[in-house]
Amino acid sequence: MKPRLEQILEDLEQATSLDHLQSALEAIRDHFRVDHTVYHWVNSAGEQYGCGTYAPEWAAHYQEKDYLRIDPVVQGCFQRFHPVDWKDLDWTSRAARAFQEEARAFGVGKQGFSVPLRGPNGQFALFTVNHNCDDDTWERFTEVHRRGMILVAYYCNQKALEFEPGRSPEPSQGLSPREVDALTLLALGQSRAQVADALSISEHTLRVYIESARFKLGALNTTHAVARAISRGLIVV
Amino acid sequence: MLRYIYAEDLKNEPLLRDTMFRDRADQFKTRLGWEVAVNDAGEERDEYDDLNPLYVIWQRADGTHGGSMRFLPTVGRCMVNEHFLNLTDGVRIESPLIWECTRFCLTRGAEPTVAAALMLAGGEILDRFALRHFVGVFDARMVRIYRRIGSSPTVLGASGTGRDAISVGLWEFSQDAKERVARQAGLSPALSEMWFKQAFGRGQPQRFAMTG
Repeated sequence: MKPRLEQILEDLEQATSLDHLQSALEAIRDHFRVDHTVYHWVNSAGEQYGCGTYAPEWAAHYQEKDYLRIDPVVQGCFQRFHPVDWKDLDWTSRAARAFQEEARAFGVGKQGFSVPLRGPNGQFALFTVNHNCDDDTWERFTEVHRRGMILVAYYCNQKALEFEPGRSPEPSQGLSPREVDALTLLALGQSRAQVADALSISEHTLRVYIESARFKLGALNTTHAVARAISRGLIVV
Repeated sequence: MLRYIYAEDLKNEPLLRDTMFRDRADQFKTRLGWEVAVNDAGEERDEYDDLNPLYVIWQRADGTHGGSMRFLPTVGRCMVNEHFLNLTDGVRIESPLIWECTRFCLTRGAEPTVAAALMLAGGEILDRFALRHFVGVFDARMVRIYRRIGSSPTVLGASGTGRDAISVGLWEFSQDAKERVARQAGLSPALSEMWFKQAFGRGQPQRFAMTG
């Protein structure tokens, strides 16, 4: 049975080590029914670490050969903030083609969707979903799942940032009173129209408040956000 | 044509870059009287231009700037969360599915189609990068322009009155809205798509290409 994304994120939330992040990535792979999921962190000094489901031999080979320098996914996402389909990257150079061939030999699929991630102090990481299938199948897959992949990518990165040695904890931004009001009314079973009316805002505005609260709570959808807000004691119903 | 350029790549487009920052000075300082800094070269730049934002620029046939806007992710540093919390009821708008759009600028005497072309580009970005909303900062004059091109934002809050008003607003884009804006811009969806792909890939050589 494929694991539910909500459950995966609950487990990720509790994660206290890279081993847990590794388990989450495996579960995410199973959820999306793809060949691989990878989280790859690169700091400004070129140091890197990764978690995920690529063959350990590939990861070791990649490091040994210093493939950061030619990997079109890293090169194409560094200094960018939009998600990319690997087809949109430049694989035309001889080095890139050779790199791609080697990767394939280690079981890396030809299709990929990567999300560039950025944290404080120039932190850079990539979250990638990788698979082997034809172009049409892949396009249908990304069309359905791209928002889910983007959210999961950010939640993985937030967790990874917590593990950074010597990191001073980020001041928690928390929810604003408006977001708390909106989630409380939703938790009480009111419709979006009723909530918007009660808060004297448009439904568009309400949607943005909910979207924003959802991200701060590490949730996938509104129901999940309400559940998390309740379990964390942020709202009382 | 519509160009999509990250700040770090502007150096490859000196004419487009310089005319954009000068047009911004003309719009925000000279015409609107905003408290923005203009440098000795007559260019308006702020700290957010240093965060490698993505610019969408209407480039005129002579290579100069016709209009532009600037995008930053709301999960990083951005204007709405650092300067305009008073206009969003104190809500920090923060999501990987929401980008901020600021410095919407039109060169003096720009054709009415330019604003529509920029909005169309905004629609492309929303669609193709799987975003849900843009949150933007704009002046009172823009409210009329947005209405005319059929792409009015939902206003979250405004400060000041009359022509001095500054608003924070929100865009969503239905397929209908995108088609409407494309008609207003006099651009075919196919052309718009081609410009987007030219900027973001499908086999286009990029500056990172290594020749092995």
